[in-house]
Amino acid sequence: MKKILGRPESMQDVSTIYCPGCGHGIVHRLVCEVIDELGIREKTIAVAPVGCAVLAYQYWKFDTTEAAHGRPPAVATGIKRILPDRIVFTYQGDGDLAAIGTAETVHAANRGENITTIFVNNAVYGMTGGQMAPTTLIGQKTLTTPSGRDPKLAGYPIKISEALAQLDGTTYIERVAVNSPKNILKAKKAIKKAFQVQLENRGFSLVEVLSMCPTAWWVSPEEALKWVEERMLPEFPLGVIKDKVTSNK
Amino acid sequence: MAKRLMMGNEAIGEGAIQAGCRFYAGYPITPQNELTAYMAKRMPEVNGVFIQSESELAAISMLYGASLVGARTMTSSSSPGISLMQEGISYMAGAELPCVIANIQRGGPGLGNISGAQGDYFQATRGGGHGDYRTLVLAPHSVQEMFHLTREAFDLADRYRSPVIILGDGVLGQMMEPMEIQPPKASLAKGGDPESRIQDPAKKDWILDGCQGREPRSIKSLILGENSLEKHNERLAEKYKEMEKEIRYEAVEIEDAQAILVAFGTSARICKEAMHRARKEGLKVGLIRPITLFPFPKEIILENAPRIKGYLTVEMNLGQMVEDVRLAVSGRCPVHFYGRPAGGFPEVEIIIEKIKEILG
Ligand SMILES: Cc1ncc(C[n+]2csc(CCOP(=O)(O)OP(=O)(O)O)c2C)c(N)n1
Ligand code: SF4
Repeated sequence: MKKILGRPESMQDVSTIYCPGCGHGIVHRLVCEVIDELGIREKTIAVAPVGCAVLAYQYWKFDTTEAAHGRPPAVATGIKRILPDRIVFTYQGDGDLAAIGTAETVHAANRGENITTIFVNNAVYGMTGGQMAPTTLIGQKTLTTPSGRDPKLAGYPIKISEALAQLDGTTYIERVAVNSPKNILKAKKAIKKAFQVQLENRGFSLVEVLSMCPTAWWVSPEEALKWVEERMLPEFPLGVIKDKVTSNK
Repeated sequence: MAKRLMMGNEAIGEGAIQAGCRFYAGYPITPQNELTAYMAKRMPEVNGVFIQSESELAAISMLYGASLVGARTMTSSSSPGISLMQEGISYMAGAELPCVIANIQRGGPGLGNISGAQGDYFQATRGGGHGDYRTLVLAPHSVQEMFHLTREAFDLADRYRSPVIILGDGVLGQMMEPMEIQPPKASLAKGGDPESRIQDPAKKDWILDGCQGREPRSIKSLILGENSLEKHNERLAEKYKEMEKEIRYEAVEIEDAQAILVAFGTSARICKEAMHRARKEGLKVGLIRPITLFPFPKEIILENAPRIKGYLTVEMNLGQMVEDVRLAVSGRCPVHFYGRPAGGFPEVEIIIEKIKEILG
């Protein structure tokens, strides 16, 4: 019998410590499947963030480093400039990428670094227990917005992917979600494309993944899937935001 | 060997290139801008990487990345920029990544001013960032030394897998002096493949380069598991202890001295002048110039303490290294201090006066 599903070779045979219903595990797996399919496991160097995915090095079966909070794009820049023939990607949460690391993100993108960024947007700071993230929705209750995010005091959910698309240095940016089988398949396609952009030396690629954090949204894993659909999608529409590769053809 | 007129900042850059440094990232700040510009010009000539980073935070994180794949890396800045780098320095100390960081100090605190100062001694010698770590600190006092100490700094960084700080100041950075490009000592990197951005990668068996033919590796400063971080810290402490092998200082006419000056960098240059004049007046004075500030040359200072009338520590700050001198002396003789902070220079006449007071 032909085996059609199994653990990707790029994934360690361990269980993760993510909460039930967390999106990180799905995104990890998609990245690993893509790396397997592209046959690049042995030349990949990953940069993990500070955030719930801080332990990614335990889950991935390729070389992985761990950057300071917000600094993965700078670390990835150093790696890729020395070893341009390796595949280098960062994996970052919304706090990491769009708050403390905004400058590193914008400038790595603007330099057109030939790296790939997997940006997990769960609208909250998961690791520190559920504070406001730059992507927290208007009205969303968190530990630091107990009466809901008030834009007059705390600003608006940041659409960093759209902002990055404005930069001449970026090549491919897409927003996807992992709240349904259909969306997961699309997410995988986008992640694969982003890595292919790098393999073809075409410059900076980023996939924003809307991902569940039932724990800090105070909902059940099942409700979290709906939460993405009903609350996040109107604010963060899915689709290709920038694609210089296709539009150049 | 023919001498060549060079500026301190550029001598650091050339020392780095000759040591096989092929990655430089930095953010402009006076009084070290000539070094950043020198690297921008030189790196492409040797197939190296130059990046003007968006901040010092980013610069040091870029070094973290380039260093973990095996390259010899350097950044440079001046005091306010070095403060921003403390995050990355702590991470590199934790993850045991080598790099060289030149701090061409200026006056502080805050934005301060751009004149040469020595106010970052504590920051440099006590680790500087968060956590229980140290870095090797080298203090050149001439353009020649800025060249060869930088070149050696890369060997030390690799040997101890640790950041190494070159602690200069604005005066040294801007100074022009004739210097020789001496051939490297046998222990220095032989240069490896000149086309490669990684010099002698084979020696570094810990780097990340893709896991072809081996188990995946990770490089990080996150250490979990019961007692693991404590053990990690203890191992780092052993490494810092081992660094004492690298202690270096210059001792000038201390044999018959009754008073000994202790100074580093630009202050040591001023002290040399003061000593020269004091000796002409028949005053028995010597100088100990620490070249490694961490580890500190405490033994030579302790050895001489019981037989002299006192030490005079001279600094361009309000008294930082003097604490290390006091610790070394442990009360065996008086330790005096004379300093000018934030851009002021110690005066030769005042140093001579103070020597006379000590000699009584
Ligand atoms: C300099 C610094 N500041 C703050 C923290 C604490 N901290 C760790 S993770 C985190 C936020 C993580 O949120 P996000 O990036 O959205 O990732 P998630 O945990 O939601 O996946 C914070 C504030 C830190 N580790 N370092
Ligand atoms: S806190 Fe949220 S992001 Fe973190 S593991 Fe739990 S569900 Fe996932």
